[in-house]
Parts: sequence; structure tokens; C-alpha cells
Amino acid sequence: MTDAPDHRPTMAALPFADRLARAMPVLLVPILLVVGFLAIGNPSSWLTLTVSGLAMGMMIFIMASGLTLVFGLMDVINFGHGAFISVGAFVGISVVLGLAEWAQAPSLLLNLGVVLLAVLAAMAVTGLLGWAFERVIVKPVYGAHLKQILVTVGGLIVIEQLIHVIWGPDEIFFARPEMLKGAVTFWGAALEKYRLVAVVIGLVLFVAMRLVFRRTRIGLIVRAGVENGEMVEALGYRLRLVFVGVFIAGSALAGLGGVMWGLYEEVITAGMGEEMMILVFIVVIIGGLGSVEGAFIGALMVGLLQNYIAFLEPKLALISNIGLMTAILMWRPQGMMPVVKAK
Amino acid sequence: MSDPILRLQGVHTDIAQYHILHGVDLEVPRAAVTMLLGRNGVGKTTTLRTIIGHWPARAGTIIYDGADITGVKTPDRARAGIGYVPEDMGIFSDLTVEENMTLAAVSGPLEPTRRDRIFAAFPPLRTFWTSPAGTLSGGQKQMLTIARAMAEERKLYLIDEPTKGLAPAIVSTMAAALRELKTMGASILLVEQNFAVAKALGDHAAVMDDGRIVWTGEMAELAADAALQDRLMGLSMEGGR
Repeated sequence: MTDAPDHRPTMAALPFADRLARAMPVLLVPILLVVGFLAIGNPSSWLTLTVSGLAMGMMIFIMASGLTLVFGLMDVINFGHGAFISVGAFVGISVVLGLAEWAQAPSLLLNLGVVLLAVLAAMAVTGLLGWAFERVIVKPVYGAHLKQILVTVGGLIVIEQLIHVIWGPDEIFFARPEMLKGAVTFWGAALEKYRLVAVVIGLVLFVAMRLVFRRTRIGLIVRAGVENGEMVEALGYRLRLVFVGVFIAGSALAGLGGVMWGLYEEVITAGMGEEMMILVFIVVIIGGLGSVEGAFIGALMVGLLQNYIAFLEPKLALISNIGLMTAILMWRPQGMMPVVKAK
Repeated sequence: MSDPILRLQGVHTDIAQYHILHGVDLEVPRAAVTMLLGRNGVGKTTTLRTIIGHWPARAGTIIYDGADITGVKTPDRARAGIGYVPEDMGIFSDLTVEENMTLAAVSGPLEPTRRDRIFAAFPPLRTFWTSPAGTLSGGQKQMLTIARAMAEERKLYLIDEPTKGLAPAIVSTMAAALRELKTMGASILLVEQNFAVAKALGDHAAVMDDGRIVWTGEMAELAADAALQDRLMGLSMEGGR
């Protein structure tokens, strides 16, 4: 073995300012919570709004996570992602309506069972739909952004019209499963049970995704592929298969988000996914394209800010998210946690 | 020459509307270092990228280890035993050094003996094992690229300017590591602008000009003939260290 020349670096602590700059995106959520608390003044109102904002943020994150990875991995802008949200909601709510006896029974087990079946059905259908969408619509337009926008918007319109054909043109109103109705009281605040469930599901999903990305080889391949797909292929990994897998998983997550959003609103429409895409795109952009952690933080900020502003100054609620996106992009034009792409 | 590990026959490559390689004919012998030399912009990097499959050959054939791989996709070329170290290093900045190495060991976990050999060749990688690769210095990043190539048994290494822009101490480390690869019996096709390194490591040389191979022979022969160097590359290696 040849001796290496003496080159033994030592580790030095980063200056405080640098560490603060790195941690700032993560600190923004607690800062927003504190500012919200000071602005609202009433602890119980603040808690109600916070849980509502977190629930909304978690659901947006679930819808956005697949989209940000699809863009990061293959540079694909998929405007058709909203279709998976709508289809997921319609499939899932059809299961809930089909099992009305279970849904309306005063049994937590039966209620959760019907929600679980609804989620599984929605994810299976939207995952399959995502696979077909990738093969038929996305694959022919790799590397051509303008064409991607045109054909994926076209795909969105076609799928929305198919929803009209299958489920009819009217919006569908329904009631949540019995045990997920109502609220629990905590610290003088009324906290809707369903919102608490949504927060828990969102947190579990985020932790699971982080574990997959940090602890598994497939997670490493996805993270590396977002940064430099060409090099991942040069190591011997078939990135195309990984991308198809991520597209299917992202579509299934959008379907899950659609069911959860449908249960949250207690009404579903064919255009609900398209409407949600505005928030989803804001989250993906402010988080940093390709960054799951960035999308998570962005989603929580969007959810919290919208709820706080709606309480404090209802007229401003409509523009709060656009204002947030503008502010974030002026501070960090690439988003809060941008993925450094290879040249 | 005995059966070469790699043979390019009349390879033409286009990048968008530009015709870069104009019929490259090249043989890379087994268990030896072949230097691919030439002025900037003559097609050296394009040749390596065509071999690994990042850019498709429009015409011609690429024979690797006795098989025609011209139409084979990049991941399958890599799994067949071709390692690639690009000019821009291609490290994953967001991943730690350990994660970069884990990913490079395609066929399974990184063997401890192999890891120890890598640590011996590149001590800084042990120090920064759990640090994000993006925080490494330029020299350390280059060490990681070579270490990553060493993580898996490869028959042929395509290495593009591994000493570009590095301090002399780091260049020595890189040269030592490449020599180590050579003693392990690997075949290497190396693009290198540092003539001292080229002279020290190269067994064979191929010189490119305008997208073609214009001279092939022994590296020692080229290193000893200043007039030949001047004619082929417009400069002399005599001034090199």
C-alpha cells in the first residue's frame, strides 16, 4: 500500500451566525406559532387555530410530497397531480358511503376500519392511475417543460371529466364517520377530533418518509437522484425504475391527501384537486423544489398562516399564502431548503 | 496487443446539433493505464461519456470485455464493471461521505477491508465520514470520487481529470491512489492534463485532435519525444515536473 502524503484535517465548529442561517427554515414554524400566540392573545382560540392549521398543513404536505420528488428526480412539472387528489377523494368517499352502516355505527373500531379501507382503496386506484399517467402522458415529454405543462394540464382535464362521467356532475355531500365527528375540549379550547387524527397521520407519514430516505438504500438512491441522476445511473442504478416507483407512490399519497381533505371538508367535487394545486405548488416552491423536508415546513407554515390570518383579518386570508411565498422567495429565491442540483 | 478490455470502432457522437466525435478508434489494454491526451475541446470528455453511455454513439461500435455494449444503457454498463469518475466529480453534496460510499457499493454493504484500504489511501475521509459531502474541500471531494470508484470491484475505470485544480500535496495523494488501483489489476482510461502525473502513471497513450484519435503508442515514447508532443498537442512535456 502506498503511503498517503500528510493531509489530516481537523473539524472546527461553525460560527453561530452560520448555524443560525442553516437552522432558520426549521425555526420558522415555532416562530410563527409564537407570533400567532402574541397576535391572537386568547390561548384557547390560538390552540384551536393552531391544531386546525397543523391539520391543514399535514394534508397539504401529504399531497405535495410526491410532486416535489417527481420534480426533483426527473425535472418533471406535473400539473396533473391534482387529478390524483380528486380521484382519491371520490374513490375513498365512495367506500365510506358504500359502508354507511360501519361509518354511522357508534364504534371507533368500525369507523377507523372504514376510513382505513377508504384510504387503501384510494391509494391503490391513484397509484395505478399514476403508473398509467406516467407511461402514457409523462414519459413521451421528458426534458420538455412546455410540453409537460400542456399535456399534464390536458390529462388533468380529461380525468376531471371522467369523474363527472362516473360519479355525475354534482358535488357530493356526506358526513364523517360517527366517532370522528365533534370535538374534545383541552385547555378551554375545542379541538376537532378529525383534525387531531389528521395531524397524527401527517406526522407518522413524515417520520416514516424521513426514515425511508435516511435509513434505506432506496431512500439514498432517491436523494442522490434528486441531486445528480446521471451519476446515480453511472454507479449502476436504474433511475428510470426508481422514478416510476416514486411517481406511483407520489400519486398514491395524493390520493390519500384527497380522501383526508374530503373527510375534512365533508364535500367533494371533481375540481377539488385542481383548486388544491395552488396551495400544493406554493408549498413545493417555498420548500425548495425536490425537498421533502422543505415541503413539510412550507406546508405547516401555509396551514398555520392561513388559519391565523383568517381569524385576525379575514379579508387578508386569500392573499396570505401568496404573500408568504413572495416573502420567502425574496429571502431565499431557491426556496427554504433547496436541493443543490448538479450542473 | 492481447484482447483489449475496451475497443471503440468508428464512434461518432453528437451533442445537440454539434458533431463532437468524428470516428474514434481506440483500444484500452487490460491491467494497464491508458492516458487519453489532447488539447482542450478535442473530445476527451465526450469520449468517456460516450463509453459510459451518458451520450449515445450515433455510429460505430463499443466493445467492452468482448461484448458489444453500444446500445446498452448506462446502469447496465456500470453493472458490467465500468466505473466512471466525471470531471465535475459527481459527488452527492446532500449525502454524507458514508452515504456516498454506501451508494457506491452497488452489490451490497461496503466490505470492511475495502473500507480500511480506502481510509489508508485517503485519511480525511475517515475524519469526515459522517459529514455532508458538500462541506468537503475541493481536494477532499476529489478523494471521495476516487474512493467511491474503489468501493466496488470494477474491471475498467474511466477517470476524467482527477487532479484538476488540486494542490500539489493532494495531487500526490490522488496519484498514489490511482497507482494503487493499477496494482490491483484494474484497467484505467485516464484523461489527465497534469503531464507529470500522466508520465508517472501512464503505460499507454492515445492523443486526440478534432474528435479523432491521431496517435497511439507507449506513454514513455511520447514522454521522451518533445517534438512529437509539440506536433500532437502543441506543447512539450519537458517543462512538466
